[in-house]
Amino acid sequence: MNLDRVSPDLRPIAEDIARRFGNRIDAWDTPRPNEVYVHASMDLAAGFCAHLHRRWNVRLIAVFADDFRNEGGVFHLYYALAADAAHGFVFLRAPVSPDTPQFTSLANAIPALNWQEREVQDMFGLKLVGHPNPRRCALHDDWPEVYPLRKDFGLHTVLPPFQGERHKFRQVEGEGVFQVPVGPVHAGIIEPGHFLFSVAGEPVLYLQLRMFYVHKGAEKLFEHLPPPHAVRLAESISGDSSFAHATAFCHAIERAANVEAPPRARGIRSVCLELERIYNHVADIGAICTDVAFVTAHMHAMRLKEAVLCACEELTGSRLLRGMACLGGVRFDWDAGQIALLRALTARLRPEFDSLVELIDGSSSTRDRLETTGILQPKVARDLGVVGIAGRASGFDHDLRRDFPHAAYDQVKISVPVYQAGDVKHRLQVRVDEVRESFSIVEQLAARLPAGPVRSEIGELPAGRVALGYVEGWRGEIFHWIRTAPGNRLARCKIKDPSLQNWPALSEAILGNIVPDFPVVNKSFNLSYSGTDR
Amino acid sequence: MFGILGKSLSTGIVTTKYPAAPPKVSIRARGRPEIDWTQWKDARPAAAACPTGAISFQDAGGHRTARFDLAQCIFCGLCADADPAIRMTNRVECAARDRASLISAARYKLGDDGAHRQLVPGPAPVATEPARPPAPAVSSPLESIGRQIQQRSRLIFGRSLHIREVDAGSCNGCEIEIAGLNSPVYDIERFGIHFVASPRHADMLLVTGPVTRNMELALRKTYDATPEPRCVVAVGACGCGGGIFGVNYATRGPVDAVIPVDVYVPGCPPNPHALLHGILRAIHREQWGRI
Repeated sequence: MNLDRVSPDLRPIAEDIARRFGNRIDAWDTPRPNEVYVHASMDLAAGFCAHLHRRWNVRLIAVFADDFRNEGGVFHLYYALAADAAHGFVFLRAPVSPDTPQFTSLANAIPALNWQEREVQDMFGLKLVGHPNPRRCALHDDWPEVYPLRKDFGLHTVLPPFQGERHKFRQVEGEGVFQVPVGPVHAGIIEPGHFLFSVAGEPVLYLQLRMFYVHKGAEKLFEHLPPPHAVRLAESISGDSSFAHATAFCHAIERAANVEAPPRARGIRSVCLELERIYNHVADIGAICTDVAFVTAHMHAMRLKEAVLCACEELTGSRLLRGMACLGGVRFDWDAGQIALLRALTARLRPEFDSLVELIDGSSSTRDRLETTGILQPKVARDLGVVGIAGRASGFDHDLRRDFPHAAYDQVKISVPVYQAGDVKHRLQVRVDEVRESFSIVEQLAARLPAGPVRSEIGELPAGRVALGYVEGWRGEIFHWIRTAPGNRLARCKIKDPSLQNWPALSEAILGNIVPDFPVVNKSFNLSYSGTDR
Repeated sequence: MFGILGKSLSTGIVTTKYPAAPPKVSIRARGRPEIDWTQWKDARPAAAACPTGAISFQDAGGHRTARFDLAQCIFCGLCADADPAIRMTNRVECAARDRASLISAARYKLGDDGAHRQLVPGPAPVATEPARPPAPAVSSPLESIGRQIQQRSRLIFGRSLHIREVDAGSCNGCEIEIAGLNSPVYDIERFGIHFVASPRHADMLLVTGPVTRNMELALRKTYDATPEPRCVVAVGACGCGGGIFGVNYATRGPVDAVIPVDVYVPGCPPNPHALLHGILRAIHREQWGRI
């Protein structure tokens, strides 16, 4: 075992792992200084994760599987952990034999894994042992016995059409208890999902969520596309995070190829990520207001959002920043005129945004609806591993831009807003603070964008590499983990959108609130269905 | 209260003049690609560069049929990077009533190196299955006049329209732009068009895709719940042509694979002007304000 490659920050953790678990570890792999893989058997997982969490405050960011049977005769189960303070990632890789395709659940100890473990069970046919609720999650109940992410399942397999809902929801009983089903086709212009409220009078007693209506086989499709085409697919994982997802994917490919995007491209990437953050945050701030009937603020917010989208079109040719990301950098360089436009945009939007916030703060009836509504307690948020805006509004001080600087975030000053209250008001406040922070980041970068090329050449990908790409999207942390295959293809692309992590928190935040407040609570999280379902 | 009013008054009118005035789109915007069919030397690089298969070709007997399907195009511009005969324009008004009209094709005689030697004159055979039979041909001049009067009266006295938006599998990109139609900038309500909460109240379904296996039944039920007369507008590359997802184990592909579609609005996602154009075209009002 040689830990020389491990970054100095992460080394104490690696050494501790070696000391404590050394005799049970089969192999180490350090493809990059901040990405360490520990190969060991599955029974190590529970103790490993618990120890790292207690001793180093390391958190589990993802659990996923990989069909490695063609190469090594086994499935691999990965436990991905982030050491925020040490700016590094530790992966535990455990083999699962195809003869006994099962794995032990950690969801009782780590509730954040509930959906992720079930997704592994559904997509790979690895049976969960000891899960508190091992029912189907990613594949709906009417799906036949298929395991789409296994290599012997074809992308174009024709399945019998959907016949009808067979899901058995939990019954909530008692005098005056009603069940209110909503969706999948919702009343607004939003994505499909099913919510089942159990209510007694107005207050919500229990909320059951059912997602994966827009499962599009994206992870499987990644295995069939050449990487330049896969960038365009990454843009379509979650439309409001097109650039963030595409950049996370490019980041993963670049890390696998040991190529870094040139400094100018990294600066442009950060600017685009901030533009994406601004337009989404501004839209959410407006939408939260409209959900408590303050439509004027929403209209002003839509106007500001439109200004950002038009600027995006001027800067990238696409209002949603599509077609801009590319492997090794960005596709289009900016001339002096475009950079001037960027500075004019922030100069114009700053006072407009302040005026919008003033308008909202000045409305006592709006404040009254937002304060103490939909509280997500910090302890619950921690247990569920809630990240991003919702995490920061409930006391979780983290941000990949600060803790794992990517793109050009090592070049700018960032402050991360963190609140403890966890109500709608503070999820709004995190957005307000972050928009102002984004203006500042855009200004800092626009003032001194390095000269030079905007794209590094990436040749054919070497086979058998693993790499994690990461980006702090506007909603929270986005991960793309890849394993490369021969012939410039991917053997696996695991996508982790923050929504998958945060959805269960909505069920907690709504408890005791009244049904008419659900839209505003839901909007304050504004989670992606497509990013969850993929 | 006075602050709110004051802010609204000082903001003034921000609504676009579209469709009376042409859409305001950046010259850098990537709209529909244009292929210079006569100068197209080789379809292979562009077809290889296209992530969705919008550009494709078929070789047979020393000839090549090259085909461009606007419905599947995500306007990424990778084809234009790969081929000088293709140019990205900033034209966003692409909506069509007829799926086949979104497909253009040409036939070439091939050289020994597989490149195009010569454009074969005349229309190239386009293989496509229209989702619903084309409208009956106008038989008499009287009928034609009647139709024109009807269309004109629709333009002038056009009635209100209620739209139910259905996301049948989209990535949410189309929804961002559709939601923008309710903003003061595009303000779709100035045409008397409203988004409604139930298909029972709707005249039109605005459907984004690709239709997933899990949403297929919900989409059919929504369609059945919409009272006649109704029309369906398919939105985006995925809704019109399957987009980058196409048909796979989890998706059924474009909207017209599941329910009949009246108007197709290509784009990834379509610009709000393009959406307005498509919706107005569906009710014969795309010339609104221009006459």
